Amino acid sequence: MPKKNTKNPCSKTVRRRTFLKGAAVGLASFALPPAQADATFWESFFQKHFREMNEDELKSVMTRLEEEYREEYDVQFNIKATKPIDGVQYGYGLDLSRCIGCRRCVYACVGENNQSRDPQIHWISVLQFEKGHKWVNIFEEATKYYNPNEVPEEEYFYMPVQCQQCENPPCVKVCPTKATWKERDGITVVDYNWCIGCRYCMAACPYGARRFNWGKPRVSKEEYNADVHYLGNRPRYKGVVEKCTFCIQRTREEPGRYPACVEICPVGARKFGNLLDPHSEIRYCIENKRVFRLKEDLNTSPKFYYFFAT
Amino acid sequence: MVFNMLKIRSIKSAGWKRMGVYFVLSAVLIMNANLFAADDIPDYFVPPPPFSEDIFPCSDCHADMEVNETRRELDAHEDIVLKHAEGQRWCLDCHNPNDRDRLRLVSGQLISFEESYSLCGQCHGTIFRDWKAGVHGTRTGFWNGTKQYRLCVHCHNPHSPRFQPLEPLPPPIRPDDLKFTQSQGTEIPKNPLNSISKPESNHAKEKH
Ligand code: SF4
Repeated sequence: MPKKNTKNPCSKTVRRRTFLKGAAVGLASFALPPAQADATFWESFFQKHFREMNEDELKSVMTRLEEEYREEYDVQFNIKATKPIDGVQYGYGLDLSRCIGCRRCVYACVGENNQSRDPQIHWISVLQFEKGHKWVNIFEEATKYYNPNEVPEEEYFYMPVQCQQCENPPCVKVCPTKATWKERDGITVVDYNWCIGCRYCMAACPYGARRFNWGKPRVSKEEYNADVHYLGNRPRYKGVVEKCTFCIQRTREEPGRYPACVEICPVGARKFGNLLDPHSEIRYCIENKRVFRLKEDLNTSPKFYYFFAT
Repeated sequence: MVFNMLKIRSIKSAGWKRMGVYFVLSAVLIMNANLFAADDIPDYFVPPPPFSEDIFPCSDCHADMEVNETRRELDAHEDIVLKHAEGQRWCLDCHNPNDRDRLRLVSGQLISFEESYSLCGQCHGTIFRDWKAGVHGTRTGFWNGTKQYRLCVHCHNPHSPRFQPLEPLPPPIRPDDLKFTQSQGTEIPKNPLNSISKPESNHAKEKH
């Protein structure tokens, strides 16, 4: 085996932190007068990757963020970083024979997860297909802009789409900074302090489930949900990507509430539970209903099951 | 249930005529439907039935009335329109003529309004089964804790069970229509969901 050429600078691994430290020290010496560089600035600059932080580091980061948010939004957020529950893989079911396309779920999600009202961000898109449409896989042939006086309309059916929480998520593979990853309980999350906004993940997602903050997200003060998870619904920054987390701030608790979209749906089209629990509602659906997953041929293996109940 | 299954099998193996088997089978099933209806229900919280104001107990008015069993247009309860297999059914098929505060199953068994799912389950067996498994109906509560169950009548008007169409919430803004309203002082749009009454029940405003 040829000896590894250690002289080649490309084969040398420089850790991001080491690089940044060096660069920052170099830059700071002339770019930023030391007086202006307050502690929180440097703390956020050198914040470690979420998965490399220990409990104490995470705690101090969350306290710092709470403070930053309080200053910025005048809201006292309660940030938590609840860990996955052992023996749980979340699964979701959506009954296409029930959904009437009323979009209650879209806005329940907006409220629960502090999505920007302006510029507008929706994690859920309700697609409207003509009845008899053969391929629900081709989203281009559907519309999400339908707006009749009343739904459902006779000639159409509706298919809400949100993050499918793939077992094999293509978005995670392409992220150059590892700012998005799949957690032990199957939820793919984003660290908004680590995302650089390159939007590779948006290009990689076959379901169009990721959203980009083109502008500074705006939510009116009284509409903020202050119960937030670090990896979920905490306030986002301009230039970062976000998406559905199965309401991680609700579902990881013990006992954990159902996701907001499940609770609001007036026709009960939405189901949720633990895929590893043979008695869960989602397992009942998979075992007793004709389920399918979107774009199965891509081998993303979503944990989001569509079905038709009787 | 298992006991009955065994019985059915042994009857079959005894070589009875087909018709006989079916007769016994259906009799057994009907019995079962009533017997297991109540105790098969998980011990989950079911909120009280959504009565119209001041309507219950029915006996307040009906106690002194004579029971008239002829099928007819009523000159009371005008707000109720029966659109639920109305050709085959009328009031006293589900409401018990002699004790109006209870409902009546086809077997003649009386049940309380809190237990009305047994009545619906007589015909809608597959849906009753899904409901018990927590799959039919709106889910609220805790996915790994206490789940909130609703009665069928919390969402469906028993006299006219089909859902009424709803006004959809506004569609997303098209990228073409995006305006940069981000300048200081512009008002932040409110969540349109907050201005509608939450769909706790689809027919909350109707009476039954
Ligand atoms: S709330 Fe339920 S019925 Fe309405 S669009 Fe969402 S899934 Fe469909």
